[in-house]
Amino acid sequence: MSLPENMGRFALFAAQAMGCGPIDLVTVRGWRRFIPQCFSIGTLSVPVIMLTGAFVGMVLVVQGYQQFDNANLADRLGVVVNISVAAELGPVLAGVMLAGRVGGALTAELGTMNVTEQLLALRAMGCEPVHYLVTPRFLACLLLSPILTLYADLMGALGAWLIYSGVYGGLSEPYWYYTRQAVEYWDLGTGLVKAFFFGGAIGLVSCYKGFHCRGGAEGVGRACTESFVISFILILALDFFLNIVINGLYEILYGYRALLF
Amino acid sequence: METADPIIELRKVSKAFGSQVVLDAIDLRVEREKTTVIIGRSGTGKSVLLKHIVGLLRPDSGEVFYEGRRVDNLSEKALTPIRCEIGYVFQLNALFDSLSVLENVAFPMTEQKGRRRDRKSIHDLARRCLDLVGLSGFEHKRPADLSGGEKKRVAVARAIALDPPPKVILYDEPTAGLDPQRSDVINKLIRHLQQKVRVTSIVVTHDMKSATEVGDRLLMLHGGKFLADGRPEEVMRSENVHVRRFVEGRAEPEDLLNLAT
Repeated sequence: MSLPENMGRFALFAAQAMGCGPIDLVTVRGWRRFIPQCFSIGTLSVPVIMLTGAFVGMVLVVQGYQQFDNANLADRLGVVVNISVAAELGPVLAGVMLAGRVGGALTAELGTMNVTEQLLALRAMGCEPVHYLVTPRFLACLLLSPILTLYADLMGALGAWLIYSGVYGGLSEPYWYYTRQAVEYWDLGTGLVKAFFFGGAIGLVSCYKGFHCRGGAEGVGRACTESFVISFILILALDFFLNIVINGLYEILYGYRALLF
Repeated sequence: METADPIIELRKVSKAFGSQVVLDAIDLRVEREKTTVIIGRSGTGKSVLLKHIVGLLRPDSGEVFYEGRRVDNLSEKALTPIRCEIGYVFQLNALFDSLSVLENVAFPMTEQKGRRRDRKSIHDLARRCLDLVGLSGFEHKRPADLSGGEKKRVAVARAIALDPPPKVILYDEPTAGLDPQRSDVINKLIRHLQQKVRVTSIVVTHDMKSATEVGDRLLMLHGGKFLADGRPEEVMRSENVHVRRFVEGRAEPEDLLNLAT
């Protein structure tokens, strides 16, 4: 399949999956499909996402402490770390983790259903496979990705503070004072908005790759790899463009924000 | 064999995949409440023909009719009511791995649109269908825990578990990969359903014993065309060289050329 043809098919696939979303959110039948996906996509991802968040926060403190301390700005370290985690690293790394853990599993599951004629069987029974299989998975990725990002943010902030105070012996009071001064709801909110887009992209790409994989174990394996690589690139690309929009919007609404000087 | 009031009719249906012509202007009229068997070598397009009947594949040219209504040009949505009247037993069974045997059998009744029945009556009917195929007590097993023959019988139970009962059941290689005794069970089941439920069946197979046992009419597909058409005993006596070789299980000379060199 050529690239334009693939993109056209993806657009139709995405439109169909998203179009069925509102119906599923207001019907019992829709929720019966949605809840199990919330468990496998959301609940089961919590530990790994929290671990990712915690390590991101911890490593940022390890990397930055010496420099900040030499400049007598160690108590301001929380500002940089927490803004980085809330606005950038939390959503991006939670997204990447989700693409690996959930995206791969979704592609493998739907790909196997595809090569064993289960998708054809659904159609033959008068069930629309995209509505039945993709919409609940897409909704779960879309709606739970911001919540998982909150977990990553929380653990990132906690992990950073633990290293700062526990390992380097920094004082907690000024650390949190300056953090509260600088980190705004805007940072947290925009991080969650990004996560919303990342989650949607992961859900759609993973399901699309599963639905269109070639036959056999090799086909499913290749689809899983492609699904992760495309999701990863999409997360980075979306992050770049969303940052441009978000920064522009901030300047229009609040003007220039000085963090350093 | 001519049929005055066919339930399914194919008129000049042609289908090619790339340069390979699979169906070449096929005409077929399927008689009500009878079992039509289509035999032919592997890869001759028997399954492709079945898929055209429920719109899983669309012909390159020609027309497909169900109950006198043209169906090959209908949208997926418009095909749903027709698909709800047709049971389909897939070659690979296509059971849903994530559901139990009972949920698999009840699936068409619970998920098809416009069917508003309570869970208890759906499960009662699903249990009766499992009983009919001799699988009482298997309700809570998963498809992965079943043998090949059991999976096939669950697939048959799912195809007949419709309320009202299906008008047509399409069997794609129902005895492939089964031992002779299990094959006999499936054959007797197909016969039983045709006699008791008065269902129209189309069976695609390359198992000659099965074909002669269940069929009221036998057709042989070869090179995209029907080479033989008649009652099983007539086809068994056919003078056509390809038909003779197939029913006697002898290889075509060109298939043996490589061996000779």
